Amino acid sequence: MAEQHEHVMGSRQPTQASQRAPVIAPGHTFASVTDKISAIALTTRHPKSWWVGFLISFVLVMMLFYTITHLLVTGVGIWGVNVPVGWGFDIINFVWWIGIGHAGTLISAILLLLRQQWRTSINRFAEAMTLFAVASAGLYPLFHTGRPWFDYWLGPYPNTMGLWPNFRSPLVWDVFAISTYALVSLLFWFVGLVPDLATLRDRSTNRFTRAVYGIFAMGWRGSAIHWHRYEMAYLLLAGLATPLVVSVHSVVSFDFAVGVIPGWHTTVFPPYFVAGAIFSGFAMVVTLAIPLRKIYGLQDFITQRHLDNMAKVMLATGLIVAYGYMMETFVAWYSGAHYEQYMIWNRMTGPYAFQYWMLILCNVAIPQLMWFRQVRENTVLLWCISIVVNIGMWLERYVIIVVSLHRDYLPSSWGIYSGTPWDWSMYVGSIGLFLCLLFLFIRFLPVISIFEMRALVSETDERKG
Amino acid sequence: MAFGKKTRPPIYGLMAEFDEPHRLIEATEHAYAAGYRRMDAYTPYPIEGLAEALGKHYTRLGWIVLAGALTGALGGYGLAYYASVVSYPFNVGGKPFNSWQAFVPVIFECTILAAAFSAVLGMLGLNGLPQPYHPVFNVPRFALASRNRFFLCIESRDAKFDSEGVRKFLEEVSGHEVYEVEW
Repeated sequence: MAEQHEHVMGSRQPTQASQRAPVIAPGHTFASVTDKISAIALTTRHPKSWWVGFLISFVLVMMLFYTITHLLVTGVGIWGVNVPVGWGFDIINFVWWIGIGHAGTLISAILLLLRQQWRTSINRFAEAMTLFAVASAGLYPLFHTGRPWFDYWLGPYPNTMGLWPNFRSPLVWDVFAISTYALVSLLFWFVGLVPDLATLRDRSTNRFTRAVYGIFAMGWRGSAIHWHRYEMAYLLLAGLATPLVVSVHSVVSFDFAVGVIPGWHTTVFPPYFVAGAIFSGFAMVVTLAIPLRKIYGLQDFITQRHLDNMAKVMLATGLIVAYGYMMETFVAWYSGAHYEQYMIWNRMTGPYAFQYWMLILCNVAIPQLMWFRQVRENTVLLWCISIVVNIGMWLERYVIIVVSLHRDYLPSSWGIYSGTPWDWSMYVGSIGLFLCLLFLFIRFLPVISIFEMRALVSETDERKG
Repeated sequence: MAFGKKTRPPIYGLMAEFDEPHRLIEATEHAYAAGYRRMDAYTPYPIEGLAEALGKHYTRLGWIVLAGALTGALGGYGLAYYASVVSYPFNVGGKPFNSWQAFVPVIFECTILAAAFSAVLGMLGLNGLPQPYHPVFNVPRFALASRNRFFLCIESRDAKFDSEGVRKFLEEVSGHEVYEVEW
């Protein structure tokens, strides 16, 4: 491809440079992509930055365990939640993490169905990110019950109390949606890994690792007949995961929208939550991808094109989210409902006005920078924007949950909420858990789907002729 | 033939190696045209048209997933119905006990869950995985089947299999050494 070579030779023109950036740098072969990606997992020496990152996140996990122990011994009173704000950091963080997970499924399933080739080199770690985000999310509602040893009561099972969950309640839908999402994401990720585990099995020189990879590869031998069924299964899973991912955050939004609290009771929630989830999820993928490609020298595989596309997805979903904010405000005014109007006014000028305007700054104003190609091509700046969006999406949930609850219909039951140090240590600890799992994943499993990269090499070769 | 009864043929089959995917497809098509049926190709990534060249056009997996999805849907509705109508009828906001509209999210999630599990377990089941041992792994070069080489194995169970003829055929189409696959 003449265009690609031009780009590599440095004679690129200022216009459309990023559209021309290839999805994989030229010159790669089946062997080179295999060796390069499998070496990250199979090497015995790991970069210092890996150790530093792993140790920091491990310490945070210990802090999480300490917090949970204190929580179990003392009770949820150590959190800031109380009447009227009964949902605080726990639900904010739950929604935040679940939203982050959505980008992984979007990249692996929806972009597969849309035949977006550029998804190939980011889908594996985005899927891993989904799993670990869902694991971090799951902590919160389970501990928020106050007596997590009775959490099995959430499940529908015949019991001696003669009770069943109320199937008309969004909270029960949520249990079904989140557990289905976790299991299907795990299946999707594992199925994608099987051929790569076989590669690691065949390439490892150590008997022990060979045996471990071998067990999980399940005897995969790359038979054409197997591939035939495998591709069918993968495609069907993608087709199933696509409506699933849309349903999950819609159901999460029902937790709010079905309630009669001003600020929650609105029909725009499902699409606005789903767009917000993709927005924050892509921000997290960018946050992770930029250091990952730098430290492991994966710029050939995660190219400028990927970053550019992800920035555009963030920009688009960010605009949908901005539309959501606008509609909330408009409908509150247009409804003529006294409590709705007060809720919006209180959001903008009340005790939590700072959080609201920070949210507008982080989610609406700053992402507009991504209209400019120079910004999208500047990895440092893009990384900073992705962090800002992560913060903004956290603030969004803070505003929705806390601001709506702290002043509802009766002024006599108004109150003020703020997170306690235990709220913060649980939050930061869950970030530690997420990062710790991610570091282990980078260490032991291929961060990029090797077999799909080989298919990509073959396709680019064919186009060259 | 000598091995037509209970005795096992001396080897699993003969295997040829290829550098390029298109040469493997051509060789497979030739082998199929020459009348070989019990054979398989091994590749580091899925190659379009290869399963068809081996005479495999169709997989039942779609039907398995459909069956799983229907089971999940009926199971989800059955669960909600049994809990809300039969076992624990409970008046919520004056809604009917069988308020099926409110059960839709649960039915949907159960459908997806069961369909996804049947896709994965169905694929593994039809492929005969997990399979800890397979004769093809006895060929040392076969480790490259998960890296950058392509293999075609004609199995000794094939009705037309005779060691010399197959070896000659494979040498011609591949241009490489032909390996014996031991049991």
